[in-house]
Amino acid sequence: MSDREQIFSAIRAALAPLPEKTARPEWDDSLIVCTASGQFESLPAQFADKLCAASGKFFDSIEALAQFLKEQGGTFGYCDPALAGHFQGWDGIRVETDFDENKINEYSFGITRASAAIAESGTLVLKDCVTSARLAALAPWIHIAVLHQSDIVATIGEAIQGFGDDPSVIFATGPSKTADVEGILIEGVHGPGVQIALVLPE
Amino acid sequence: MKTHQQIDRVARDLDPEVHQANFMGAKLKSERRYAALERDYPDSDKLRQVAGQIKQHTLEHLDQYLEQAEAAFQKNGVKVHFATDDAAVNATVLRIMNETGSQRMVKSKSMVTEEIHLLDYLERHGKEVVETDLGEFILQIDGDHPSHIVTPIVHKNRRGIAESFERKGLGDYNDDPETITRRARAYLRQKYLDADVGLTGANFVSAESGRIVLVTNEGNARFCMAANRVHIAVVGIEKLVPTDRDLGLFINLIGRSGTGQQLTVYNQFIGGPRVEGQPHGPEEMHVVFVDNRRTEVLASDCREILRCIRCGACLNVCPIYRQSGGHAYRSVYPGPVGAVLSPLLAGNRFPELADLPKASSLCGACNEVCPVDIPIPDLLLRLRDKAKREGAKDAMKGTPNLGMWATLCSQPAMWKTALSMGHTMNYIPTEMIPNPSAKAWQAARKLPKFQGGEFRKWFKNRK
Repeated sequence: MSDREQIFSAIRAALAPLPEKTARPEWDDSLIVCTASGQFESLPAQFADKLCAASGKFFDSIEALAQFLKEQGGTFGYCDPALAGHFQGWDGIRVETDFDENKINEYSFGITRASAAIAESGTLVLKDCVTSARLAALAPWIHIAVLHQSDIVATIGEAIQGFGDDPSVIFATGPSKTADVEGILIEGVHGPGVQIALVLPE
Repeated sequence: MKTHQQIDRVARDLDPEVHQANFMGAKLKSERRYAALERDYPDSDKLRQVAGQIKQHTLEHLDQYLEQAEAAFQKNGVKVHFATDDAAVNATVLRIMNETGSQRMVKSKSMVTEEIHLLDYLERHGKEVVETDLGEFILQIDGDHPSHIVTPIVHKNRRGIAESFERKGLGDYNDDPETITRRARAYLRQKYLDADVGLTGANFVSAESGRIVLVTNEGNARFCMAANRVHIAVVGIEKLVPTDRDLGLFINLIGRSGTGQQLTVYNQFIGGPRVEGQPHGPEEMHVVFVDNRRTEVLASDCREILRCIRCGACLNVCPIYRQSGGHAYRSVYPGPVGAVLSPLLAGNRFPELADLPKASSLCGACNEVCPVDIPIPDLLLRLRDKAKREGAKDAMKGTPNLGMWATLCSQPAMWKTALSMGHTMNYIPTEMIPNPSAKAWQAARKLPKFQGGEFRKWFKNRK
């Protein structure tokens, strides 16, 4: 008997004597929606608030972002070719649109698209078919996820409904972090130490 | 102090610094958990109850959901494997590595691989394996084992870690946690880029869509499927939930219950190899479904423990764990969940761990905080009963022999007669009764004067 057959027959033997089985519970979508969000005038405003609460950074202006990158010493990075039009002609900041693995420690930032964002939790949704290069969204110290206002959904449940058939959907809520050493919070372990959302109007 | 149980001796002899680290870490996580749930939901208990029912339902229909998940994974281009025990899992992983010409593995945190000692096995077969979770990486270079499900090195302090890094050649002694983290980042970065295989566990599996969910704060599981060609997920068969919609409930619960976060930083929903046009990520994905005695647990009267989502909330709140630390449980899973799960997963080594269900005051806190509402105290009692029936020696140390008392209590006529003779107890020197249990009981207590025996008479004559 194969391992598969052994496992299935063991499961069936274990379940056969049960006199009755637990039904699947009904539950409303509202059950899991966080009610501590407060009042916001719009989804982008709520998203910005929650992203900052999760130690992320929110920008709605390319100029302000460029200023921030310069302050952080971010002078060389990768940019999704489809977005490069937005980020050309920056004084003192250079971008490449081909991700070169040999320069993985030289890129100080990576700019890729996000497919959505979640207002209730300040989460960015990264999908494989939208992210131009997985490593560009992961390896540089600063990750800039670019999305439009209309990409922001209200709840985690709505974001899950939008999975489609993408094989890799990532919810990123703030920068990479750990508290493994004596419970002390350190940001930037393997992934980005700075997580930025750049939300553009339509 | 005289102690009968192994776990009491460990707690008594624990280094005070380690005790303090365990205690404070657990207390802090408990407080954060409570604050996050109270802040965010008017009735957070309702979420726990629904989540518990979903998991119980899934377990009681596991054959159907497992078949559904297998088909969904295959439709997504994932290769599905089944493995009954530790040897089968290890051999499967090794075979996949050999068939794909893989030599180097980066690995994210997975408790099931701790059960089966996968790392040692692969190293014995000439493969290079690197743990990438910061805590697990430190354990690997120390040859140590996790003492907590979520925060594996809670028993270590920065000085010990700094010494280990120095020994490993990761720079001069420096015990600043930020420096430690940066050094691990730089070292592991190259390991990710050089790796052929990324191995992960799975926190949840959606049977509907054939997706695994990985929950991490560090981002190491993302890096285990970025530069490498092959992704292997080793998954216990109890990780299933029916639909993607259910995942929303579970990721909301696991972050808040484990670390007090609304959401853990990264929740990855992975259902196959990379898409066409994506330059990075595995070209093939394998899922290895592991039994390793889970079907035995499913057949037992403790099957509710298979609902567990490994958040660690029951450890953090447990007064015994807080005193003893995780290593005192002598097994992969510590704390209240471990006191149930470890003896069950031990198979014919059950007697060796049968004392663990006694490492509880049955205060019920573990049940109250459990995100899937597992009745852990009930399960502990069932396992104490099992240990007694099977005559497990370690479990019975310090337990008085209650055979005569049990006979008396189960015979109404005898009980009545005994009660009518109760007053004679006041005239005999009970401390002289040559019964070891009675002697032990009275060593520190005084038997109160018998005053009963009148109720039945009174009740019988009542008009």
